[in-house]
Amino acid sequence: MLLNSNKASTLVLAEHEGGSIKAQSLSAVVAANSISQDNSVSMLLAGSGSSLQQAAKRAATCHPSVSQVLVADSDKFEYPLAEPWAKLVQLVQQKGGYTHVIATSGSFGKNILPRAAALLDVSPVTDVVEINGAHQFVRPIYAGNALCTVRYTGSSPCMLTVRSTSFPVPPISANAKSDGAPISQVDLSTLDEDSIGKSRYIKLSSEDTERPDLGSARIVVTGGRALKSAENFKMIEKLAEKLGAAVGATRAAVDAGFVPNELQVGQTGKIVAPELYMAFGVSGAIQHLAGMKDSKVIVAVNKDADAPIFQVADYGLVGDLFEVIPELLEKLPEKK
Amino acid sequence: MVAVKRVVDYAVKIRSGVETQNLKMSMNPFCEIAVEEALKIKEAGLAQEVVAVTIGPANCVDTLRTGLAMVADRGIHVEAARELVPLTVAKVLKRLVKVENPGLLILGKQAIDDDCNQMIAGLLGWPQGSFASKVVLEKEKQVATVDREVDGGLETLCLDLPAMITTDLRLNQPSYATLPNIMKAKSKPIKKYTPEELNVEIKYDLEVVQVTEPPKRKAGVILSSIDELIDKLKSEAHVI
Repeated sequence: MLLNSNKASTLVLAEHEGGSIKAQSLSAVVAANSISQDNSVSMLLAGSGSSLQQAAKRAATCHPSVSQVLVADSDKFEYPLAEPWAKLVQLVQQKGGYTHVIATSGSFGKNILPRAAALLDVSPVTDVVEINGAHQFVRPIYAGNALCTVRYTGSSPCMLTVRSTSFPVPPISANAKSDGAPISQVDLSTLDEDSIGKSRYIKLSSEDTERPDLGSARIVVTGGRALKSAENFKMIEKLAEKLGAAVGATRAAVDAGFVPNELQVGQTGKIVAPELYMAFGVSGAIQHLAGMKDSKVIVAVNKDADAPIFQVADYGLVGDLFEVIPELLEKLPEKK
Repeated sequence: MVAVKRVVDYAVKIRSGVETQNLKMSMNPFCEIAVEEALKIKEAGLAQEVVAVTIGPANCVDTLRTGLAMVADRGIHVEAARELVPLTVAKVLKRLVKVENPGLLILGKQAIDDDCNQMIAGLLGWPQGSFASKVVLEKEKQVATVDREVDGGLETLCLDLPAMITTDLRLNQPSYATLPNIMKAKSKPIKKYTPEELNVEIKYDLEVVQVTEPPKRKAGVILSSIDELIDKLKSEAHVI
């Protein structure tokens, strides 16, 4: 039944790692604030063991809007599999009756939220970039070439995935609530076992890196296929190191095997919006632009003066990246 | 079972107030990858039959014929005049799965305007391998080992069949249907249904209010030297 009052209650599906809440999950909390002035925000965490409990304590003070932390502690949640998570969301929603359920639109949210929406018999609204009230949202379509405003007219809960780059988290000073939000353990005794256990986590292959997280870095340095080899891509990494930046890549560079898939920026990779985005040897295909055109400052270096990337670049340099990058490395000031 | 969606061709430049009447339409690129994967599975002898499904108005049959030309033995067209919301699409596909009983359901991970395919797995209670970049089926064990492209890298899952897979770009390279196969496709059977015949209630819980163009970026400048670039980044943009 659609609630007509302005009072909202939001369940945020949060991710955590190594005892900390992931930065993108905080964007979901910020998004919740746009839904209604009167909105109580609960954060749901799942996992097992001490890193979960530690993350819960952090969640309790991570943002002043969080009024409750719910913790689902079980082996079933050791890895963020969609099947148990969707059942968990269904269980928590049935007990809590939230008006809204939000996750950020990274691989976690995109994998889990639609499945949970199906269990709750509602259509989700995905990849939201703007919230115009409790039931009206704006989302990009056609690789970001158009913005579609949709109104949700169904029953509670209204379920959303939101782009973290559209809901930046302001720096948070020490929380006024010194103890933070209350933490409660979710009673999993009635968790429907059906469909859990049919999927098993085997492993995660990822690159160990000290580079900042691509999704939230202040500066991103991206290389395209013009780098020609994985070996040459090291130049991009060196430049990123100098700037304290994250490394990104185009789909072409990933397809060619220069770098692993998690560095891909674009419509089907990560969406980023850093302060500074530097693109080297990137032609600027629509699908790539979809992933970075909301960056504050865009720099493009390409041998081809007609490359589409120059249409979105604030500063362009027509030149050979194999000459430009070494010169930049030499002349750039050391990162502060 | 492979689901295919007819969308505006991804290379078409969209202007504001999207008018799709006369735009070039083609199969969603991710659906092409789904079709190709079905082809590989069939060629490996792991599937006896491939059924292609599409949901939408009459002209969606074109997309279905492409699926038939590529690999599918039969097609199913669920006719719906108006664009259905994700939940209804999921319910229709669920009904078809109950009718057809496939061991594997393959869909594209996203289309030009939506990415809700995980819903179907939820309704079916099937395990899901979304954003798949590699799928290995083991018939005797009745499992699928799936590599998924996730934010943190490549995640490997093992799923009991029947399961649902959504395709990511690197799963395969779609091939083209040969002319003989395109001709053969014309006589392959397509069964038609309406959502009502499948006992699916058409519910609309999403409404498009408007479609607008995003704000344009201010035009940039081409600089003439690296010194100038560094200077601009420092003193004008204040980013370094």
